[in-house]
Amino acid sequence: MQTRNMIAAAVLCSSFLFSGCSTESTTNVQPASVPASAPAAQPDTGATAATANAPLKDATEQYRKYVIEQCDAFVKATEEFVTAVKSGDLKKSQELYAPTRMYYERIEPIAEALGDLDPNIDAREGDVDEKEWRGFHRIEKALWVDKTTKGQETYADQLLNDSKLLRAKVETIEIDPAMLLTGAVELLNEVSSSKVTGEEERYSHTDLYDFAANVEGAYKIFEVLKPELEAKDPALAKTIESRFAEMTKALEPYKKGDGYVLYQELTQEQTKKLSQAVDALAEPLSNMGKTLGV
Amino acid sequence: MNEQNNKPAETEAVTQPKEKSASTISRRDVLKMVGAGSIGLLFGMAGMGGVLVGGRSATAPAGVSPSPAQERIPFYGAHQAGILTPAQNFLCFASFDLTTRDVAEVVNLFRIWTDAAAKMTAGEPVGTESGNPILPPVDTGEAAGLHPSRTTITFGVGPSFFDQRFGLSAKRPAALVDLPKFAGENLRPEWCGGDIGVQVCSDDLQVAFHAVRNLTRLARGVAVLRWVQEGFQRTSAAGSPNETPRNLMGFKDGTGNPDTKDSKLMNELVWAQSSDGPAWMAGGSYLVARRIRMRIEVWDRSSLADQEATFGRYRSSGAPLGAKNEFDPLPLDAKGPDGQPVIPMNAHVRLAHSDGKEKILRRSYSYSSGIDPQTGQLDAGLFFICYQRDIRTQFIPIQQRLAREDKLNEYISHVGSAVFACFPGVREGGYLGQALFEG
Repeated sequence: MQTRNMIAAAVLCSSFLFSGCSTESTTNVQPASVPASAPAAQPDTGATAATANAPLKDATEQYRKYVIEQCDAFVKATEEFVTAVKSGDLKKSQELYAPTRMYYERIEPIAEALGDLDPNIDAREGDVDEKEWRGFHRIEKALWVDKTTKGQETYADQLLNDSKLLRAKVETIEIDPAMLLTGAVELLNEVSSSKVTGEEERYSHTDLYDFAANVEGAYKIFEVLKPELEAKDPALAKTIESRFAEMTKALEPYKKGDGYVLYQELTQEQTKKLSQAVDALAEPLSNMGKTLGV
Repeated sequence: MNEQNNKPAETEAVTQPKEKSASTISRRDVLKMVGAGSIGLLFGMAGMGGVLVGGRSATAPAGVSPSPAQERIPFYGAHQAGILTPAQNFLCFASFDLTTRDVAEVVNLFRIWTDAAAKMTAGEPVGTESGNPILPPVDTGEAAGLHPSRTTITFGVGPSFFDQRFGLSAKRPAALVDLPKFAGENLRPEWCGGDIGVQVCSDDLQVAFHAVRNLTRLARGVAVLRWVQEGFQRTSAAGSPNETPRNLMGFKDGTGNPDTKDSKLMNELVWAQSSDGPAWMAGGSYLVARRIRMRIEVWDRSSLADQEATFGRYRSSGAPLGAKNEFDPLPLDAKGPDGQPVIPMNAHVRLAHSDGKEKILRRSYSYSSGIDPQTGQLDAGLFFICYQRDIRTQFIPIQQRLAREDKLNEYISHVGSAVFACFPGVREGGYLGQALFEG
């Protein structure tokens, strides 16, 4: 997260709901919810329009569960990451860094709605005062620039505490449908403004992990809203589904093992294509609210 | 629209000399200095190509003639607007690449664009707002309250449009050729080509930008921008609209376009005829765009004598070297005391004049795009645009001649290039390229 992010987010989307930063969490790299192939029909969440609001209630409830799942996984992954850092295992710390962040990145807008948590977990260098800078990116710099885990013990402990605090706080947050709509677009805006430019992971260059996680998080939101959207505007639902499929396909060549290639390995032409795929997806996604009557 | 608003263009038309003999040069002849040389801008095109109609503007008091800014140029008609239309003050040219492989999506894009272009040229937003605060606005909004400003939006398709992707290869017009390599050109891929070309011209740059931005937004997921170039020219606010305009090299240049009021001539030079084939292009026109960078810094330190020898004209008066007045005949055979031709053999004006056989309709704009990051020098020059009935017999021979010999080549560099087959006009209820897709 960063001031830059916040500004970009404010400019890109008219919502200030999540005026925070970007962060991520995750322990592993498997594509969470985005179908790897063509948009297969998603299992109906059982929310076929009965009353006007019931389906959306269903959707928010499903999404709340998803957020909690991701948070649980985030805490677990962070524990492993932090353990590696504190035990002085540089290689393992580097390996776990990006996958851990993915859990956080999938639910970034929610975390951003929770006050200082996002900066504490995800601030990039220069976003906050040097004295206050902590979290993933502080450790990232040590791991990749200084190539050491030394001196990171305190930041590691803080990070774990912050992840647990996040898990506790998400229980309290009220998720409404408008938040979902904004959040989905916000996730893609994060991709547009900091991931596709390589700014998020300036030392580790693992931006594509965050990229994929943001897209997966946006897909989850679409997935929970989809039954209702299909009932109201099947053409829009279809367009969004196919744009997600194209997005996934566009990322496909950059998969490597369980993760992704480093940002630096992409040519300018390739990052441009990815960026255009994000724009192509985010435009119809930003219109989901049209038919949901939120 | 009303006579008064047409006045500057018409007045200028009147002051322009009509045909001259082949051995003389007129402002019209300067037209032929197309190509490399043709740094000439296309101001004050003779004649009104488009019918101007009063634009609707909330601010226009009833019974008062609309101001030029309120003039609206109809989008629908036998030919696309923006070709014969007298050049507006500003240009925003966008080249798009299609990302879809589905021809149905392409057709749909042109339908949507048709509707959007008709609205935007009329000074209307691109769509009706829902008023729903949780949705992004339909129109991006920066043109709200602005006048139609004689905006035209002209669409064409490039050679790559007819590759294997959409099954349209057989419909590619023979006249839509890939340009040959011209001597000395320095083309850069990021300024070349495109599946679709869109020329937006307006007297208000913000209105022009708005159009490109909204067309791009409407195309998301189907087409993406490949390059965009803004351009400008001496505006209609210029003190003496009848005077020949100057290019960025400081020389008077480029008023000698063919008379756009002469419909017979336009059919000969500009509009593709049904006999030319293919049928879907009848009434359309072929556009060549060249981004011609001027070596401004080098030019600025060239002596006056050198500059004048390059153009073959006096900078101040615009008169041919060895003559007195701007419209005097070119003394091509005159020799100086040293026995050399007064107008050098490689002077731009001499080569551009040639035998006057090839003619094209130019619609160029100056451009300025900041600085070249490598050198810190200005990236400025001419965004050359011309329309013609057949690129093979019009632009290409002219440019080949200039590319080979023109002294002006020392000071310019062609860095971008594109050709587009611009559709015939659209009838209300129809859409751009309909005859191509349904024919």
